[in-house]
Amino acid sequence: MSDIINILNVRKSYWRDSMEISVLHNISLTVKEGEFIALMGPSGSGKTTLLNLLSGIDRPTSGSVTVAGTNIAALSESALAKWRSSNIGFVFQFYNLIPVLTAFENVELPLLLTNLSKAERKKHVQTSLEIVGLGDRMYYYPKQLSGGQEQRVAIARAIVTDPAILVADEPTGDLDRNSADEILTLMERLNKEFNKTIVMVTHDPHAASKAHLIRNLDKGDLIPELV
Amino acid sequence: MKVFKLIFKNTLRHKLRSILTVSGIAVAVIAFGLLRTVVTAWYVGVEASAADRLITRQAVSFIFPLPYAYRDKISSVPGVGEVTFANWFQGVYIDKNQFFARLAVDANTFLDVYPEFVLSPKEISDFKKEKNSCVIGEKIAGQYNLKIGDVMAIEGDIYPGRWDFVIRGIYKPKYKTTDATQMMFHWDYVDDRMREEMPGREGDVGWYVVKINDPSKSGEISREIDALFKNSPAETKTETERAFQQGFLASTSAIITSMNVLSFVIIGIIMLVLANTMIMAARERTREYAVFKTLGFSARHLVGLIMGESLFMALLGGGVGLLITFPIVNGFAEFIPKGFFPVFEIEPVTIILAVSAAVIIGIAAAIFPIQRALRTRIVDGFRFVG
Repeated sequence: MSDIINILNVRKSYWRDSMEISVLHNISLTVKEGEFIALMGPSGSGKTTLLNLLSGIDRPTSGSVTVAGTNIAALSESALAKWRSSNIGFVFQFYNLIPVLTAFENVELPLLLTNLSKAERKKHVQTSLEIVGLGDRMYYYPKQLSGGQEQRVAIARAIVTDPAILVADEPTGDLDRNSADEILTLMERLNKEFNKTIVMVTHDPHAASKAHLIRNLDKGDLIPELV
Repeated sequence: MKVFKLIFKNTLRHKLRSILTVSGIAVAVIAFGLLRTVVTAWYVGVEASAADRLITRQAVSFIFPLPYAYRDKISSVPGVGEVTFANWFQGVYIDKNQFFARLAVDANTFLDVYPEFVLSPKEISDFKKEKNSCVIGEKIAGQYNLKIGDVMAIEGDIYPGRWDFVIRGIYKPKYKTTDATQMMFHWDYVDDRMREEMPGREGDVGWYVVKINDPSKSGEISREIDALFKNSPAETKTETERAFQQGFLASTSAIITSMNVLSFVIIGIIMLVLANTMIMAARERTREYAVFKTLGFSARHLVGLIMGESLFMALLGGGVGLLITFPIVNGFAEFIPKGFFPVFEIEPVTIILAVSAAVIIGIAAAIFPIQRALRTRIVDGFRFVG
């Protein structure tokens, strides 16, 4: 399997008042295509920052981030937005669905940026919602769904453009055990059946156990892999 | 799903807030429309002025008369086409609170100089023939249910006594700005009675109306007319009809100016109200904008969403306000004395201004929320707690 994510000597720091706060120190990480990797670590260790960098929603202070063959750190904002829409699917802890849109409309959102016809969009959305088991809840609003169902809608939105990579930031962090298990099973399925590369940030060892590989961060450093 | 649908759904997200904001805009547009209508009604006389008519009046004040003998002298000035004259009669017809202009005019020439008062040839002929006849505007005829042949009894004040006039013509206004609330009768009729009852007041003319052949020479002709009567007991002041009308408004210019300013202050206030609504909405949706950006939506899309919502509310409020302004203006017209404003209706320019103001408000109110949404980085947007 070839590398789909290649992070090399990445540093990330930001300024608070006149103080520079270093979040990630010289991180290097590779993820192979079709791999399911979990990033773990205590709060403030830099897991989410690393996830943001490799998904192109934040930029490194130094170093290179190459994802699916593109050095995304060199892309302009608009090019990066376009790249994200076709390469990355996002799953967030708090689902981040648009409350005034139905499940169907939420899942359809990323497709509005494509050239697909209305009929084609409908087909894609239906397929995605059926994959996550919500074919019968297409016209429900988020407030009419349970937390687990909302997260499944968010996953359907993440996969509707058929991206190669899914990034998930604490996808089970706001769910009860049963719902969390359903989500993890779904993610395993997406990884195995649909060959999605998944990078998941989690605090939960049970969730992390579903991954092929667990990498730990501590105070901005990636702890070396145990062989 | 289309962007317009999302804009519409966003607008309805906080129904009460949106309804209050749209209502606020509507009320502001009503106030704006009403104030502008009053201001334009005030200026209708100026707008109705003809470029080829000069007014010659007593130099000291309009209330002092000029001698009838000036007529021929004014006629002799090169460039002068026709000269007519009129006196302000005033008086009371039925109700002293219901005002309309009553003028004693030179029946032979007045209607030639004022072709905007449209009468049939028979009406003109009948009016000229009968000394105690009058012509009235169609609005007056409608208001008092008068028809040709009826007698209008005027209780005189400047010219005391009871004056009976037989209606021989009901004129129609040629232009929208033409005053259809005037009453005109024979100056000769009034003058003859003055000669009999109040000797010394005969031969008085209120003002002359001078029709000139070339409007570009109005300044030159005015100076020549006034020069004729220099150092006489009744010096004249000649000016264009427009300047004459504006002179009437000068005494109320402070009120009109403040109404003008107020109408635009209202627009400013409502812009702040809408801006406040949009800022609150954008602040509440900080995370959602971060989601949109994450999914690949560009700055252009966010601008469209926020601007669209702001414009939608502004135009909805403006549209509702305009629709309500029409009955409000009509209702307001019922409360002011009839004839006080000869023309009192919403002008197209008021509609254009109101719609333009709504568009400008919609755009301006969206600027700050757009700026904020675009400047907020995705990672900061996700961290935002509203």
